[in-house]
Amino acid sequence: MLELKHLAFAAGDTGKNTEIIRDLSLTIPDNRFIVITGPNGGGKSTLAKLIAGIEKSTAGQIIFNGEDISGKSITERAQMGIGFAFQQPVRFKGLTVLDLLRIAARRQLSVGDACEYLSEVGLCAKDYIHREINASLSGGELKRIEIATILARDIQLALFDEPEAGIDLWSFSNLIRIFENMRNDSGGKTIIVISHQERILSIADEIIVLADGTVQKQGPRDEILPEIIGTNIAVNACHKLDGKEAAE
Amino acid sequence: MKAMDAVQKRLLEEVADLHDIPEGAYNLRANGESVGRNTTANIDIQSKTDRSGIDIRIRPGTKHESVHIPVVLSESGLKETVYNDFYIGEDCDVLIVAGCGIDNCGSQDSQHDGVHRFFVGKNAKIRYVEKHYGSGAGSGQRILNPVTEVYQEEGSTVEMEMVQIKGVDSTQRTTLAELKEGAKLIVQERLMTHGTQQAYSVYKVDLKGSGSSADVVSRSVARDQSFQKLDMCIIGNAACSGHTECDSIIMDSGRILAVPSLEANHVDAALVHEAAIGKIAGEQLVKLMTLGLTEAEAEAQIINGFLK
Ligand SMILES: Nc1ncnc2c1ncn2[C@@H]1O[C@H](COP(=O)(O)OP(=O)(O)OP(=O)(O)O)[C@@H](O)[C@H]1O
Ligand SMILES: [Mg+2]
Repeated sequence: MLELKHLAFAAGDTGKNTEIIRDLSLTIPDNRFIVITGPNGGGKSTLAKLIAGIEKSTAGQIIFNGEDISGKSITERAQMGIGFAFQQPVRFKGLTVLDLLRIAARRQLSVGDACEYLSEVGLCAKDYIHREINASLSGGELKRIEIATILARDIQLALFDEPEAGIDLWSFSNLIRIFENMRNDSGGKTIIVISHQERILSIADEIIVLADGTVQKQGPRDEILPEIIGTNIAVNACHKLDGKEAAE
Repeated sequence: MKAMDAVQKRLLEEVADLHDIPEGAYNLRANGESVGRNTTANIDIQSKTDRSGIDIRIRPGTKHESVHIPVVLSESGLKETVYNDFYIGEDCDVLIVAGCGIDNCGSQDSQHDGVHRFFVGKNAKIRYVEKHYGSGAGSGQRILNPVTEVYQEEGSTVEMEMVQIKGVDSTQRTTLAELKEGAKLIVQERLMTHGTQQAYSVYKVDLKGSGSSADVVSRSVARDQSFQKLDMCIIGNAACSGHTECDSIIMDSGRILAVPSLEANHVDAALVHEAAIGKIAGEQLVKLMTLGLTEAEAEAQIINGFLK
C-alpha cells in the first residue's frame, strides 16, 4: 500500500519558489491498476519522481507498506520494490539491451529469459538483445525497452510515465495487452500508469486526475471516465493545437 | 620454451587473453628475451640481426591465421626498445595480437617501447589487437611508449583495437598511418587512467589514395588526478573520407585535453571530427539507481559499458 500524506514539492531558485506539488494526499491500496491523468504541466511526472526518490519532497510523507520512505534514497526504494519507467528513457553508450535487462533483473538472466521480456513488448529479441542503448534506437524502441526492464524486475509498485508516448498505433494494442496481463497476474502488485490515452484509462480500476500539483478527482473508472472524456483534460494537447492553428 | 612464473602468466592473460601457449604463430618475450616462438607454413618469424625485435612475414593469401606477440616484464628497472616489422602479403586475412604487461614491484622504472611497423599488401585484411596493462605495488613507474606505423596498399583493410585500462603510469602512444587507393583503416581506442597517470595519444592518418577512408574512435576515462591528451589528426590528400571521434568521461579531478585536427588538401576530401568530454550523465546514474544499483555500482556499470 502506498500512502501520500500532505506531500509538497517546490522547485526553483530561492525567493522564487514555485510549488509544483501542493498538499497532495492519496491512498493507493495493493493490487490495483491506477491511471493518473491530467493536463500537461500538472505535476504527474514530478509526483512519480517523488515516489521513486528522484526528487525529494519538501513537505509531507510517503508511506510504502507502512514504512515512511520519504528519507530513503532512490536505490533503497528500488530495492524495496518500487520500479519506474521514465517518460523519457535514458540512453547509454556501450550498455546493451541485454546488459540493462540483466541489471534490472539483478541476476545473470539467460539470453532466453531476456528474449521473453523483449517479445512481450513486441520487439524481435534477436534484433535487439545485443544492440547498444544509444542514439541509434528509435524513440518507440527505447520506450519499449524501458517497459521490458520493468517487466524483468521483481517489484511491488510499478510506475509508468506515459508508456504509450511514441508507440505506434499497431503496437498500442500490444501495450494495452501488456498492462492487462500485468493487471491480471499482478499478484499483489500495484501499477500506476500516467497516461492521456482513453484506452489506457478504460482499463483502470481507478483514475486520478492531477492538475495544478494536486488531486482534482479520484475514484473508480466508471465514475471518473465519463466526467473527463471529451473535456480538455484527456485530449488537452490536440484541442489546443487545433484551436491555435484554426486561429492562424 | 622456458617456463614462465605466475606473475608472467597473469600478465599474459591480461594482455593477450592467453592462459598458456597460443595456437598458430607466436613470439613470447619476457624480461627482455624471447622465451618461445612458433612459426607456421604461412607465417615466419625471424629475430632482427641489427637491433632488438622481430620480422614477421605472412605469405600472400594466408587466411584465418593468427600471430600472437605478447611481451611481459616482471623485473623492476628493465628498459627496452623493440622493433617489430610485419610484412603482410596480398589478400591475407589475419589476426595479430600484441600487448604488453608490466609488473613492477620494485623502486626502479620499468619501460617497454615497442615500435611496430605494418606493411599491408594489396587487398589484405588485418585485425590488430593491442592491450597494455600494468600492475605491482612498487614505487617504480610502469612506462609504455608504443609507436605504430601502418602502410596500407590499395584495397587493404586494417582494424585496430587498442586498449589500456589499468596500471600504466606513463604512456606516449603514437600511431601513424598512410593509406593508398581504396584502403580502409578503423581504429577503436579505449583508455582509462587512474591516480597521477599520464597518457598521451597521437594519431596521424594520411589519406593518400582516392577512395581511402579512416574511422578513428577513442573512448576514454580519466579518474583521480590523471591526465590525458588525445591528439588526432587526419589529412585528406585525395577524394577520401575521414572521421575521428573522441568521447571522454572525466571523474574526480581527472583532466583531458582533446586536440582534433583535420587537414583537407583535396576538394573531395570529406573529413569529420566529433569530440565530447564530460562527467557521467546524472540521468544515467539515476536510471540505474532506480533499478536498485547503488551510485558506485551504477558508475561502474556505466564505465564498463563505455569502455567495452
Ligand atoms: N526541477 C524543476 N524546476 C522547475 N520547474 C519544474 C521542475 N520540474 C518540473 N517543473 C515544472 O513543474 C510542472 C509540472 O511538471 P511535470 O513534468 O510534473 O508535469 P506533467 O504533469 O508530467 O506534464 P506532461 O503531461 O507534459 O508530462 C511543469 O510546469 C514543469 O515545468
Ligand atoms: Mg510528464
